[in-house]
Amino acid sequence: MRWTCAAQRTDTVLKVENLSVSFVTRMGTTQAVDDISFTVETGKITAIIGESGSGKSVACYSLLGLIPQPPGRIDGGRALFHGQDLLQLKPAELRKIRGRDIAMIFQDPMTCLNPYMTVGKQLMEPLLYHKNVSVAQARTRALELLEEVGIRDPASTIDNYPHQFSGGMRQRVMIAMALINEPELLIADEPTTALDVTIQAQILKLLAELQTKRDIGVLFISHDLAVVADIADQIVVMQQGRIVETGNRDDIFRNAKHPYTQKLLHAIPRGGKPVELPASEPLVTVRNLCTWFHSGKTPVKAVDDVSFDILRGEVLGLVGESGSGKSTIGRSLLRLVKVTSGKVHFDGIDVTALQGRELKNLRRRMQFIFQDPFASLNPRRTVYDTLAEPLLLHGLETRATVGAHVLKLMDDVGLARAFVRKYPHEFSGGQRQRIAIGRALATRPEFVVADEPVSALDVTIQAQILELMRELGREYGLTMLFISHDLSVVRQLADRIIVLNRGSVVEQARTEDLFERPQQAYTQQLLQSIPGRGLFGEL
Amino acid sequence: MNTTTITDIAQAEQGTSLWRDAWLRLRRNRLAVFGLAVLLLFVIIAILTPWIAPYGYAQQQLAIGATPPSAAHWLGTDIYGRDLLTQIMYGGRISLAVGFIATAVALLIGITWGAVAGYVGGKVDAVMMRLVDILYALPFMIFIVLLMVVFGRNMLLLFLAIGAVEWLTMARIMRSQVQSLRQQEFVEAAISLGLSPTTIIFRHLVPNALGPIIVYTTLTIPSVMLLEAFLSFLGLGVQPPQTSWGLLISYGAETMEEYPWLLLYPGLALILTLFSLNFLGDGLRDALDVRSAKD
Amino acid sequence: MWRFIGFRVLQSIPVLLVVITVTFFLVRIAPGGPFSSEKAVIPEVKAALEAKYRLNLPMFEQYTAYLGDLAQGDLGPSFKYPGRTVNELIAAGFPVTAELGFYALLVAISIGGIAGVIAALRPNTAQDYIPMSVAMIGICVPSLLMGPILILVFGIYLEWLPVSGWGDMPGDKILPAITLGSTYAAYIARLSRAGMLEVMSQDYIRTARAKGLPEWRVVTGHALRGGMIPVVAFLGPAFAGLLSGSFVVETIFQIPGLGRFYVQAAFNRDYTMILGATVFLATLIVVFNLLSDILAAWMNPRLRSQYGDR
Repeated sequence: MRWTCAAQRTDTVLKVENLSVSFVTRMGTTQAVDDISFTVETGKITAIIGESGSGKSVACYSLLGLIPQPPGRIDGGRALFHGQDLLQLKPAELRKIRGRDIAMIFQDPMTCLNPYMTVGKQLMEPLLYHKNVSVAQARTRALELLEEVGIRDPASTIDNYPHQFSGGMRQRVMIAMALINEPELLIADEPTTALDVTIQAQILKLLAELQTKRDIGVLFISHDLAVVADIADQIVVMQQGRIVETGNRDDIFRNAKHPYTQKLLHAIPRGGKPVELPASEPLVTVRNLCTWFHSGKTPVKAVDDVSFDILRGEVLGLVGESGSGKSTIGRSLLRLVKVTSGKVHFDGIDVTALQGRELKNLRRRMQFIFQDPFASLNPRRTVYDTLAEPLLLHGLETRATVGAHVLKLMDDVGLARAFVRKYPHEFSGGQRQRIAIGRALATRPEFVVADEPVSALDVTIQAQILELMRELGREYGLTMLFISHDLSVVRQLADRIIVLNRGSVVEQARTEDLFERPQQAYTQQLLQSIPGRGLFGEL
Repeated sequence: MNTTTITDIAQAEQGTSLWRDAWLRLRRNRLAVFGLAVLLLFVIIAILTPWIAPYGYAQQQLAIGATPPSAAHWLGTDIYGRDLLTQIMYGGRISLAVGFIATAVALLIGITWGAVAGYVGGKVDAVMMRLVDILYALPFMIFIVLLMVVFGRNMLLLFLAIGAVEWLTMARIMRSQVQSLRQQEFVEAAISLGLSPTTIIFRHLVPNALGPIIVYTTLTIPSVMLLEAFLSFLGLGVQPPQTSWGLLISYGAETMEEYPWLLLYPGLALILTLFSLNFLGDGLRDALDVRSAKD
Repeated sequence: MWRFIGFRVLQSIPVLLVVITVTFFLVRIAPGGPFSSEKAVIPEVKAALEAKYRLNLPMFEQYTAYLGDLAQGDLGPSFKYPGRTVNELIAAGFPVTAELGFYALLVAISIGGIAGVIAALRPNTAQDYIPMSVAMIGICVPSLLMGPILILVFGIYLEWLPVSGWGDMPGDKILPAITLGSTYAAYIARLSRAGMLEVMSQDYIRTARAKGLPEWRVVTGHALRGGMIPVVAFLGPAFAGLLSGSFVVETIFQIPGLGRFYVQAAFNRDYTMILGATVFLATLIVVFNLLSDILAAWMNPRLRSQYGDR
């Protein structure tokens, strides 16, 4: 290949040519994969990048006969694995290859292991089925592999059930399971998407190590260019079933040709916003906040003695992994959960003590933007109903005048006015999030808590919504608490950042200080886990 | 899509609500539409029976005795010469009434109980649902037989007893609906807008919980009707001079060797109703996208 | 797990107590005394009878005495058949009902389970529609119609099988077992189909396929266990349904089982028999509910360990 040294061995383990797949349903035929070609080399990682609906997963699953047919249909093409066309094999022949020569890892380790079977049994299964080994031999091999993927004390955990493992550990088990037959090709479908960022970094490192050690080919499917930036050799970018660009890593990152690739690259959050921190007094003060949940005997201390200020006009980023209590803090500030102890003041008013009419008046001034735009809108009400409700409730408009205001909100959040009488299910995720933002801003609040507002969206949509929030924040003069698990997203919007871990504040600093001079070990670990960091360091 | 800028809400194109969507889906399901049609027909007939029945309810013609279907008696007569079609029409009134009224009783108790438990939560919820668990473990069928024995065969008691059995599942469904909806972000959004609990319940919770309730109601009616038929068959339900399909089937079964139509037609009426309700229920479940009607 | 079992057993005790208490007082307040049908009983005889049935005692003492007897497994004498005890009557009827119920359950689980799994393997094809249509018939044709229809077709027109009795003629157990089991076969078919469909769409089934396992091993090894949990949990309620269903089936086929005794006792106002049989059946149902719950929980490793087994 053009980009490898002559000395290096370059065996092609998989060569896909002109693959087309479509889905035939009663509604018509959809072309999911349209005439794509790519290769995977031994000892190399080929990454397929695309947003949801790009056909990246369908393409890979169809190679192994893992899409249901019908409705799926392979229209044409070849997939040569050692000169053998996978697409022409009979199901029984394909099964012989699956799990033995070609193995897979999937996205969500929580659901991909059988909850009714011990991990050991599941691990040994491919070995026992494909190779002629005894149960004792298989068990020995399984123990070795568990050790190799970094499971502590395999001998005592091998007979545990999956629910007794954490997400990261389960993904390690999945990897061990994929590698137990020493396959030549590994297909990894978004293997780190469901994991926390520090765990993601560990799993990516492990995958790269194992791949190098075994010298196998890897086909890595991801929606996130940044994730593959450190590990991929070859990158294939897909959009709506077609390949728009193929190239080695440096080509793609340094001089992407296709506008869509450029758009994807552009959507990768990097760098911070210009420093413009106005010195102002705090709008929200939080002192010794504790929010505990009672289930069972010992309370779960979701938020444990947290204190901080949010200055008027600033965007404060709240960063932490799952279980850090970041969402609970946001909900505590707005009285969506019951606070156990501590004080929250908003503009001098004690939020924790308010009742009735005073609480309702306060709610007009502070609003919440939720993570999941599919759950945060009442499916049985039109956009008009949703946007008009806060205006009417707080007496800002009358029934006669509310229409014009609703239309203005539609303009503000960038939705066509013609859609105003449609229902949430008729919109895409990004559009729904715009509606939710419109609802939150309807009462012209001074303070908004945004809880992971972009993490459920595709990367290009993410960039648009972040841009919208930045604009509207300025226009409405908002103070914002921006909650996210993703440091690089927070960096784009926040003036200051608070890092949380297990319900407590780890570090609190101005954004650029935190990125350049992290003080705490945990913060440093988080920063090092940001995918694509190595590459973007160079760029 | 309309690209010109709209200046008035009324100009915007009306979207498709989930209810309309569900109705369109239901209309495509031929079995469900068939079920709905048959059901409506039977209900209308039952309401109009006193005026449209071909013969008087108690009118006997001992002279002709049991005759097979004929032009004068479309479905034949029983051993007393009573017109079977008339009997089935009057029996249907009772059977359908039991089905609908007992289900209504079950709905009323179940929804209230489940909604309160789900909304209040905490200890109240724990106590209320533990009670439901305990009642679930009771052998209710045997209990109803016992009630019927002890208090005589009283129609009102029958409604209440059957309703009292069937509310348990309704309560569980309602509770799990309220609980899962309460955690939905759109309800949190409503709270953070400052809406009052009553508004939240009626504007945001109830419309979203309606789907499973409708589906389960449709599936409760047949099981209630079966219960009535079961009791009447044993002679423990509806008593002569009143009649019901269960009772007619029981009489028909006694003489089926000689007069099979006496079993066949009341049986068909019952089966057709049960099929209709089940088809409609399954159709509604698909159309309203209710994952599971239980729990 | 043991904590779970202990908890459930403890929970069953108040249930049983409620059943016994309510039944006892319901029967006692029932209109019409036990001997009102026999006219003009000699006062001495009546007094003796009342003493025998403890009717001369205050209500509450009757109740505590009955509880005392129950604790020793004594259900008391029958009202209607003065020479016999309720225990004897139940001992005579129950084995027949138990046998009938066992066959019916066998029919229900084997036919229903297999039909449901087969349907779930190819949803929305003939392989799904045919068994599910049959199941729909099973649900919509109740035993009180199914029994007479089967008798008419197989007993009277075709003359293949006997139309009544139990153990008197070869093959006379077939029709009752099918009649009683058909409804539950249908329910189990629907439940196991739904359970299997749910499981087959899970990610771990895809994992199993990616390992290269043949489809039958994916189904038997990975899907069946999870898919059958709803069916197992349904066995308790199904058992209760079978017992009450036996009332009808035993009446139709003239089978001398407990169900028929119960219905007769109901007509005869044989109160001690009703009371005793209700308590007996209720205990049985509660125990079966308990067993099916425990089995369903045990099949789920997450629940098993949640209650501190490991």
